[in-house]
Amino acid sequence: MSAAPYTSVVLCCPVTVDYTRHSIRPAAWWVARALAGLAAAAGLSHRDFDGFSLASFTLGPDSAIGLTQQFGLSPRFLDFLPLGGVAGIVGLRRAARAVQAGDADAIACIGADTNGPHWFRHSLETFSRASQDAVYPYGSGGPNVSFALIARAWMAANGVRREDLARLAVDSRTNARANPNALMQKALTEEEYLAARPIAPPIHLFDCVMPCAGAEAFLVMREATAQALGLTFVRLAAAIERHNAFPDDPVMLRGGWVQDRDQLWSMAGVTPGAVDLVQTYDDYPFISAMQFQDLGLCGPGEVADYLRAHDFTHSGDRPHNTSGGQLSGGQAGCAGGHLGLVEAIRQLTGTAGARQVKGAKRALVSGFGMINFDRGLGSAAAMLEAA
Amino acid sequence: MMVEHFPRKNPLLRTQTPLLPPAARSRAAHLLTAAACAGRFELPCCTTCNAFAWPIPEACPKCMGEIALRKAPQGGELLSATVAEVPADPYFRERAPWRVGLVKLDCGPIAVTHLGPLKEPGARVNVTLMLDRAGQAVLHAGPQKGGAMQDDPQWQDMVANPRGRRILITDARHFCAIPLTQALVKAGAAEVTLGLHDSWKPFEGRGALESLPCVKIESLDLGSDRSIQDMAAQIGGKIEILINTADVLRPGWLMSPRAPVEAKAVMEIVAFGLMRLARGFGPAMASRGADGARSAVAWVNLLSVFGRAHPPELAGYAAAHAAALALSHAVRAELATGGVRLMTVLTGPTEDEWFQAFPPPRVSADALAKAVLDGLMRGLEEVVVGDVARDLMARLEENPKAIERELAQGRMYGGAA
Repeated sequence: MSAAPYTSVVLCCPVTVDYTRHSIRPAAWWVARALAGLAAAAGLSHRDFDGFSLASFTLGPDSAIGLTQQFGLSPRFLDFLPLGGVAGIVGLRRAARAVQAGDADAIACIGADTNGPHWFRHSLETFSRASQDAVYPYGSGGPNVSFALIARAWMAANGVRREDLARLAVDSRTNARANPNALMQKALTEEEYLAARPIAPPIHLFDCVMPCAGAEAFLVMREATAQALGLTFVRLAAAIERHNAFPDDPVMLRGGWVQDRDQLWSMAGVTPGAVDLVQTYDDYPFISAMQFQDLGLCGPGEVADYLRAHDFTHSGDRPHNTSGGQLSGGQAGCAGGHLGLVEAIRQLTGTAGARQVKGAKRALVSGFGMINFDRGLGSAAAMLEAA
Repeated sequence: MMVEHFPRKNPLLRTQTPLLPPAARSRAAHLLTAAACAGRFELPCCTTCNAFAWPIPEACPKCMGEIALRKAPQGGELLSATVAEVPADPYFRERAPWRVGLVKLDCGPIAVTHLGPLKEPGARVNVTLMLDRAGQAVLHAGPQKGGAMQDDPQWQDMVANPRGRRILITDARHFCAIPLTQALVKAGAAEVTLGLHDSWKPFEGRGALESLPCVKIESLDLGSDRSIQDMAAQIGGKIEILINTADVLRPGWLMSPRAPVEAKAVMEIVAFGLMRLARGFGPAMASRGADGARSAVAWVNLLSVFGRAHPPELAGYAAAHAAALALSHAVRAELATGGVRLMTVLTGPTEDEWFQAFPPPRVSADALAKAVLDGLMRGLEEVVVGDVARDLMARLEENPKAIERELAQGRMYGGAA
């Protein structure tokens, strides 16, 4: 059965709480700043939000429900998604159906995490049972080692070289330099990318994101609600999610997007040529490249040529991760999965400032999350359209 | 015999604090600990559909059946490999670069493994379940034909190779002391010191031992705090492997007139002697778990399987060994803080003269020495030597009450003592 269309579901009020490398504030503080930002952008009190969808890893011992009392919310829709980089789109899908069905009118969707000097290591130690039992004791390289094992196999299978991936890292930095909130502002050259310190070959320094503290947020509501509030918005045209796709693949050479992309394109009613910008989940450049291929932006086995042929800067022919993404902006935990959505809302509402993609009408956003054991489990994608 | 010379440590250098690899595991994962301790290659397998699974789940992902360990083929194919150059954990950070592999096990599942000197995906590998320095079970993928492990620093970091190490054998009069010393010297031990109790008594083995290079005999009485403290003060900081061979074999029924005196004598050496040794030598060894190329690695207790299954004709002796086994858990826990392994070697009746009346098969000195060396080279924690000991352990595991009745009725060693 094909999914019902997202009739008149819109996203608005993109909010980024400026990232910092480390923060002495807990995750709840970052959630509060995001809520306040949403309220200010919407011209409402945060108490007017009757839906609250939160993605966070570092909120413990609380979950979203405890924050309702702490911040005085009385929502009739509540969601907590500690699902990493797929949480933004998973949360959007649930919120979209809730507003569409009338279970809620205005849902605050927030990804927020804090970060301290030892948080990242602590999070690795306790990330998952599979990681605790069968990954972290093997060299304790964290995601860099896990993704290196995948990257080596994926690059070999697709004929992708580091020189090809350099393009994504370099263009990400170019985009970041037009985004004052991005943590990495120093220009990056292809030579610097290639000469970078090895972390877990083929992963080198500029393949890695910098963990940081931050929050990303937006509102989901019906179009009529947004219009009544006088808010500029973008429409949700299509969305997919899949978890633990292709469990029998020996090594992750493809993500769940492959399984659901036909539904995404048919629901959106367009072909890849109609997409003006793409926001992938860029925890590593090769993961962005995997998304290009798996979402059908290039043909199977053509990703190396695709990387060589295009310019991924905000003014290029394939604008990609126009805010600098996580690679150059920083990875604020679960907020990394909301980052692409928030940036796409800005681009499609013409509020992206110096990095505005001219005439952007349609954005493809993808999410990817949770390297529980040997592969990322969650894959998701959403098509947003300018109103 | 060629004697290798090992460079002395620069005394001006700080002794590194021993760090351990990440030790947190789920309770289910400790099924693997039991297999790794004994050197068995067993992996999680569904009891319903017989599909192997990794990492160990709470139910079979194919059919939701219950999971238990099952013997598995050790082969696999290397799918991908990398080197952790900048690990997050301090233990690996100071040992980087650390090789890591992604292996398709021949029995089905995919596993992340420690990796031997192999680089190219597609290579066939031999996978071993072993204990890391935290004493937790891990998978190691090495070259298929075994070899080259001597030159694999990751493997050597996990095992207790005697090569280059200074070793204390606590009782030179133990029936296997000579072949054990010979085997250790042959394996490249830098020095072997043997403790000799009642040194005023004749000791027939002296000539054979002293003819070996780097071997010396020192007076040591496990019944004396003073004797142990004296030796620990002299060489306690220079022992990397301690092999406690001390035993007092006095068979006897509980109701025999000699029982109380003999049980006390056995306890004094086997149980309290172990306690004294641990207090004398344990702290220095635990603190030297990362002392450069010659770090402290292992403590070995040669104990009797009768400490696990207790024949009434060995009442006091079995009780003393049970006490030593119980104590060894505490010794293990304290040594583990420094990453030093405690290995228990359990034997049944041996060719020691005090087992004269016991029927064969009995464990020879050579077999026992070989088992100790094998256990050290593989980094094991539990070694069971000989058919009788293996038989008793299997019976005990299967039905502890049955073995108790069998031993009580004298069916195992009837009338031997």
